[in-house]
Amino acid sequence: MQAKTTCPYCGVGCGVTAELSEQDGCRTLTGVGGDPAHPASFGRLCVKGSALHETLGQHDRLRRARVDGLETELGQALDGVAERLAAIRCEHGSNAIAGYLSGQLLTEDYYIANKLFKGYLGTPHVDTNSRLCMASAVAAYKRAFGADAVPCNYEDLEEAELVVLSGSNLAWNHPVLFQRLRAAKSRNPLMRVVVIDPRVTDTCELADLFLPIAPGSDTRLFNGLLSYMAAKGRLDQRYLERHTRGSGEALAAAREDAPDIATVAHHCELDPERLETFYYWFASHLHVVTLFSQGINQSASGTDQCNAIINCHLAGGQIGLPGAGPFSITGQPNAMGGREVGGLANQLAAHMDYHTPGAIERVTRFWRTEHLTPTLPEAPGHKAMALIEAIERGEIKALWIMATNPLVSLPDSRRVRAALERCPLVIVSECMAHNDTLALADIVLPASSWAEKDGTVTNSERRISRQRGLLPPPGDACHDWQLMAGVARRMGFGEAFAHVHPAEIFDEHARLSGFENDPAAADWRIFDISGLAGLGREGYDALAPIQWPVNAAHPQGAARLFEEGRFVTGDGRARLVAVTSQPSVQQRTADAPLILNTGRIRDQWHTMTRTARAPRLMHHRPEPFIETHPEDASARGVVEGALARLHNGLGEYIGRVRLTTAQRRGEVFVPIHWNDRFASRARASELIAAVGDPLSGQPESKRGVVQLSPRPVAWEACLLLATTSGVVPEAADWWARIPLNHCQRWQLAGESLPDWFEWCEATLGDTPTLWSEDAGRGCFRAAGIREGRLTWWLAVMPPGELPEFDWLEACFAGESLDPEARRRLLAGSEASAESSGATVCSCHQVGCRTIERAIRDGSNTVEALGERLACGTQCGSCIPELKNLIEATEAQQEHADDHETVVS
Amino acid sequence: MTTHASRPEEQRLVIVGNGMATHRLLERLIRREARPGHIRVFGDEPQPAYNRLMLSPLLAGEIEHEAIALREANWYAEHAITLHCTERVIGLDRHLHEVVTAGGERYGYDRLILATGSRPRLFDLPGAGLEGIHGFRTTTDVATLAEARRHGRHAVVVGGGLLGLEAAEGLRKRGMAVTVVHRGATLMNRQLDRHAATLLADELSGRGLQLRLQRQPRRYEGNARGRVQQVVLDNGERLAADLVVMAAGIVPNAELGFEAGLAGDHAIAVDDTLTTSDPAISALGECCEFEGSTFGLVEPIWAQVEVLVDCLCGLDNRYSLSPTATRLKISGIDLYSFGPLDPGPEDEVLRYVDAEHGDYRRLILRHNVLVGAVLYGDTRDGPWYFQQSLEQRDLTRCRDTLLFGATDATQQLEEAA
Repeated sequence: MQAKTTCPYCGVGCGVTAELSEQDGCRTLTGVGGDPAHPASFGRLCVKGSALHETLGQHDRLRRARVDGLETELGQALDGVAERLAAIRCEHGSNAIAGYLSGQLLTEDYYIANKLFKGYLGTPHVDTNSRLCMASAVAAYKRAFGADAVPCNYEDLEEAELVVLSGSNLAWNHPVLFQRLRAAKSRNPLMRVVVIDPRVTDTCELADLFLPIAPGSDTRLFNGLLSYMAAKGRLDQRYLERHTRGSGEALAAAREDAPDIATVAHHCELDPERLETFYYWFASHLHVVTLFSQGINQSASGTDQCNAIINCHLAGGQIGLPGAGPFSITGQPNAMGGREVGGLANQLAAHMDYHTPGAIERVTRFWRTEHLTPTLPEAPGHKAMALIEAIERGEIKALWIMATNPLVSLPDSRRVRAALERCPLVIVSECMAHNDTLALADIVLPASSWAEKDGTVTNSERRISRQRGLLPPPGDACHDWQLMAGVARRMGFGEAFAHVHPAEIFDEHARLSGFENDPAAADWRIFDISGLAGLGREGYDALAPIQWPVNAAHPQGAARLFEEGRFVTGDGRARLVAVTSQPSVQQRTADAPLILNTGRIRDQWHTMTRTARAPRLMHHRPEPFIETHPEDASARGVVEGALARLHNGLGEYIGRVRLTTAQRRGEVFVPIHWNDRFASRARASELIAAVGDPLSGQPESKRGVVQLSPRPVAWEACLLLATTSGVVPEAADWWARIPLNHCQRWQLAGESLPDWFEWCEATLGDTPTLWSEDAGRGCFRAAGIREGRLTWWLAVMPPGELPEFDWLEACFAGESLDPEARRRLLAGSEASAESSGATVCSCHQVGCRTIERAIRDGSNTVEALGERLACGTQCGSCIPELKNLIEATEAQQEHADDHETVVS
Repeated sequence: MTTHASRPEEQRLVIVGNGMATHRLLERLIRREARPGHIRVFGDEPQPAYNRLMLSPLLAGEIEHEAIALREANWYAEHAITLHCTERVIGLDRHLHEVVTAGGERYGYDRLILATGSRPRLFDLPGAGLEGIHGFRTTTDVATLAEARRHGRHAVVVGGGLLGLEAAEGLRKRGMAVTVVHRGATLMNRQLDRHAATLLADELSGRGLQLRLQRQPRRYEGNARGRVQQVVLDNGERLAADLVVMAAGIVPNAELGFEAGLAGDHAIAVDDTLTTSDPAISALGECCEFEGSTFGLVEPIWAQVEVLVDCLCGLDNRYSLSPTATRLKISGIDLYSFGPLDPGPEDEVLRYVDAEHGDYRRLILRHNVLVGAVLYGDTRDGPWYFQQSLEQRDLTRCRDTLLFGATDATQQLEEAA
C-alpha cells in the first residue's frame, strides 16, 4: 500500500511516497520514495529524505507523560499542566505564561497554539524556533512588501538567467532544490550562477562566479550593486516610479555606504574584477533570482541585509516576473505555516499584527464562541532571546516548549540552561525520549512524530501540502493540537477547542485568513486561503499541493506574487529601505581572534534526534568537527584529524580538526547539530553570544568570535557497544556517540593513559576476552565475547586509523562469531574483503576507495560512475565529492604515469 | 691410500645412518649427473628411512605405519644404491678408508658420510636400567610405547619439550594416564615465551595431561620383575609409572667418529663444507657440530644437505648458520617461533591474546625491525613474519596492523608508500 505525504526536513517540502505494509493489524512504514507528482520535488528526495523510514520505530520514543520526573497517565499530566498554568495565571497574570513553538509543528498545531496562548491564555509571549531561521527575511519582506510574502517559486529558479545564491549552501541544505537548479543549468547553458559565501561549499560546484565575501558585509555588497546599477543607468525607472517608494533615500544610503567598486571590494575583501562581473551580470539581466538563506538572516543586521537584496530587485524591476525575485529559502518544513497562522511573538494571527487597525477586535470576534470571549493581548510579546531574558528576570513563570530543543539551538546555551533551570514551570511536548531540553522539564508530554502527525505544511514557495498520519502514535503519545486542546478543555476553554480532526482546524484557519479580507480594499491581506475553507474531511484528505493565496481571485492558487506590481502596503507600492552596513558588535579580540561560522551538514538535521536514528546518515561526518584554514591551524599548533578546542568567554566546543582552504583565513566553521546527547562538548550555540537583529529579533547565530587551541589528549579510542543504551562512558575526558546499526560507536579521548584492563573493568564491567597491545605506541585493542556473541569492541587509536565498521557491525548482528571472524575481530575487517573506504554516497553506500578504483578503471565521469556503482544517482548530493574524487584520482594517476616515465 | 677414483661414476660413497638427512641427501644426489657411482648406506633400523616427524601421530594411532614410509626398499636398488638395513657400523678404518660393521664386514669408501643422528639423553639415576624406560625416536620405540598399555595405564614422560609432549599426547590418546615431568618453569621453554607456554599447558591440562613443572626425576623404582613402577621426583613426590619415556634432550651419536679420532666437542666437528677433521669424511645432521652448534630441527639440516650435495658433486657451496624458525604441531596445536624468547631492553613487544580461543601472537621489534615471534594457534602468518625478519624490513609504517598478519600489514605498507 502506498500513501503520499511530505518530508519533515528542510523548507523545500518534497513530496514523499510512503510504502506501508500491514501484518496482524500492525502497520509499518517499510520504505519511502520521491513522489513524482509533487511539484516541489517531482520525485526527487535527498539522502535525509530517502532514509526517513529508517528513522522510525518505537525505540527511544517518548511514550508516557512525566510529571516531576514520575511517569503519569496522560490525563493526569494534562490536569497538572492546566492546574499549574491556571495557578500561575491567577497569581502572576497571563503575561507570566509563554510558549516556544517550532517549525516542525504542523499548521494545525500552530493554529491551536496561537489561539490558545494569545486568544485564551491571553499572553503575547509565544515565539517559535523559526525566529532562529528566517525572522529577518520576514521582517524585510514586511518592510518592503507590507506582508511576509515570498514572491517567487521554484520554477523561477529554473527560468532565471542569473541565479544569485547568497548565504546559502543549497547543495547541502536544500539538496533537491540544488538538483533542480543543476538540471536547469544543464538545460540552459546560458544560465549563470553566482555563489556568495565566506566558505567554499559544495554549492560552488555550480558557480560560474564565486565571491568569498567577508562575513557580515552583505549589506555593503548589495548597496554597492544598487549604486552600480544607478551609475550604469540600469535602474528600472518606470518600475520605481509606478510601484515603489523610497528609492531616493535608499539610493542615497547605498551611494554613501558603497560609492564605488573599490570601496566595496575593500570592505567585502573581494577581488574588484570579480565583484564588477557580478554587478554587471545582475544589472544586465532582467530575470534574476537572488536566493538567500541563513547566511543572510542569522545576522545582527539580517533584516537590513535582506532589504539590501530586495532593494536591488525592486530597483531593477526584477520581481513579479517568471525567473525573477528575492527568494528567501526557509530551513524548516513548516516555518511558513507558522508565519501564516501568526505564531511569532510580533504577530497576532493570519497575517495580522497587533498594530494592524481593527485586527485585535476582528480576531476576538472570530474566535468568540457562544459562551466564551477570548482576551487578546494588546501588544507584541517577547521574541525568543527576549523570552529567555524575561525568564531570567522572573517575569515569565511558565514556559511550554513544543517540538524543539532550545537548549541546543538558542545562542549562549549555558545561559539558556540557567534560565530554564530557574523557570518555575517548564512543560515540554516531545516525541523523543531523550534530548537536552527534556532533562529540565517539570512536565513532559508525549507527542506524535512524522508519519503519525496529520495536517498541512507550507514550504518555501508558499505551497501547502498534506503531511499525512499513516501510523498510530506509540503509547500515550498524542498530536500536539490534541495535547493543547486537552489542556484548554481542562481550563474551561473547551468550547473554543472542540475540534476532533485536523480538517476542522484547517477549515477554521482558512476561514480566518479570508475573514473580513477584501482583496480590493487598501487593508487587504495577501495570505488568503479562504478558497480552501469548507473542504470537509474528504476534501482535506485529498488536498493536492497548492500555493497560496487560494481565494475567489486565485481558485487554483498563485504561482507568483506581485505580478501586477501591487503590494500590501496600503498604497500598493513596495518600499525600498535605506540601509547602511553595520559592523557586528562581535568583533575579534586578542582572546578571541577568529570569527566563528556555523551551519548544517549534508546528512544531519537540527539536533539529530531524528537523523541519528538512521546510521547511514552518520557516516558522512560522524563526529563534531572544526573546519579551519591550514595557516590558522599551524599558527596554533592544531593539526588535521586531531581534537581541538574553540573557546571564548561563553563556553567551549571540542571537535575534530578538518583543515581546508575552503575556509577563509581567520575564520572557523562548526556544525550546529551536536549536543549533549551525542558529544561531551560540541554545542555550537554555547559559543554564540545572545546578540540579535533589533528589528527581527533573529540571533546572530552565524557569527561568533573564538580562540582555537589544540586539545591535547594522551589517548583516543573507539568503543563499539552492542547495547543500545545511551550510557556515557564516564572514563573518558571527551566523547562522541555515533549510533550504528547493531551497536553504538563511542569515540573517546583521555588525558592520562589508563591501565586498559582496569579501564575495561570500570567502564564496561567486563574483562577483555581477546586483546592486543603495542605498549610502545600506547595501542590497545580488545573485545568482549559472551556466549559466543560479540558484546563490545575497543581500539585505542586515532579515528583516522580505524577500520570501516560495516564488517564489525555485522559481527555485532550475528548470532555467534565463527572462529575465522573471531581471529579478524581486532583487525576490524575480513582479511580478503577489499575495503571500500569512507562513505561518499550515503544513498547507495558507496565508499571512496570503490569509487577511486572505478575511476582508475575508466569510469571517470559522474555519469559513468553512476551507471557502474549507482553513486550520485539518487539524491545527487555527493556529486560534488564525486567530481573532486575524479579530479584527485586522475591527477594522482598522471603523477604516477610521470613517475613511471622517469623510471623507465 | 687405496685407489682414489677420480671419475665420479667410479667414486665409492658410504653413508653411515639412514635417517631423514641421509634420505634427503640421496633424493638430491640421484638427480645429479656427477653423483658418485657407488653409494652404500648403512642403517641399524630394520626398514628403510621413514619420516621421523610423523612418529607422534603414529603413536597416537592417527595414521598407519605405511604413512610414514619415504621410499620402498627397491627404490634404492633402482638408483644404484646399496642399502644395508639392521646393519650397524661399529668402526672406521680411516687409514684403509674402510668401515667395519657389527658383523665384521669391511667396506671401502672414497668418501664417507657420518649421519648417525642422536639418541635420547638418559640420566644416570638409580633404576635407570629398569624395563619400561624408553626413548621416543624410532618406529621400534613407537611399537613399544603403543604396547605399554598392557603393563598398566600410568605413564611418565620426562621432558616437556616438543618430543616429550608429543609422546605424552600420543600415549594419552592410547588411553594412558600421563604425567609430564619438566625441568623448566614452562613447557617448551626453548621455543615458547611464558604466555604461550601457559596457553599450551592449559590446553594440555584441559585434555587430561598431568604436568609437573620445575621437577626432575631422582630415581626409578621397579617391581620384582625388574619393570619400572614408580618415578620419584626431586620433591619426593612419587608418580605411578608403568612406562617412562625419556624425552629430555638428545645426545649426538658421535662415538663412531670420536673413536676414529675425528675432532669435536659434543658432536663431530665439521667445516663449512661439512667436512670433518678427516678430509675424506663428512658429517651431517644431529651427529655433527658446526661453530659450536649442534642440531635438532630439520631446517638447518636441510640446508646442510644442500651444501653437501653440491660438495659431493664437485661444486663450491658453503654452509653457514642462519636464523631458523620453528614450526611445530602438537596434536592440533600450531606453534611457530623464531628469534629471542625474551625481549632485550631496547626491544618493543606487540601482543595478541585470545586465551579462550587459544590464539596468541607475540612479536619483538628492535628499532621497528622484527627480530622474534611466537605464534600460537593461528600460525599462518609465521613464514611472512620470518621473511620480514630475515629481510630486516623496517615495519614502522605497518606497525598498527602488524599483529593482524601479512594481508593487513602489506596493505598498510602499500597505502603508506
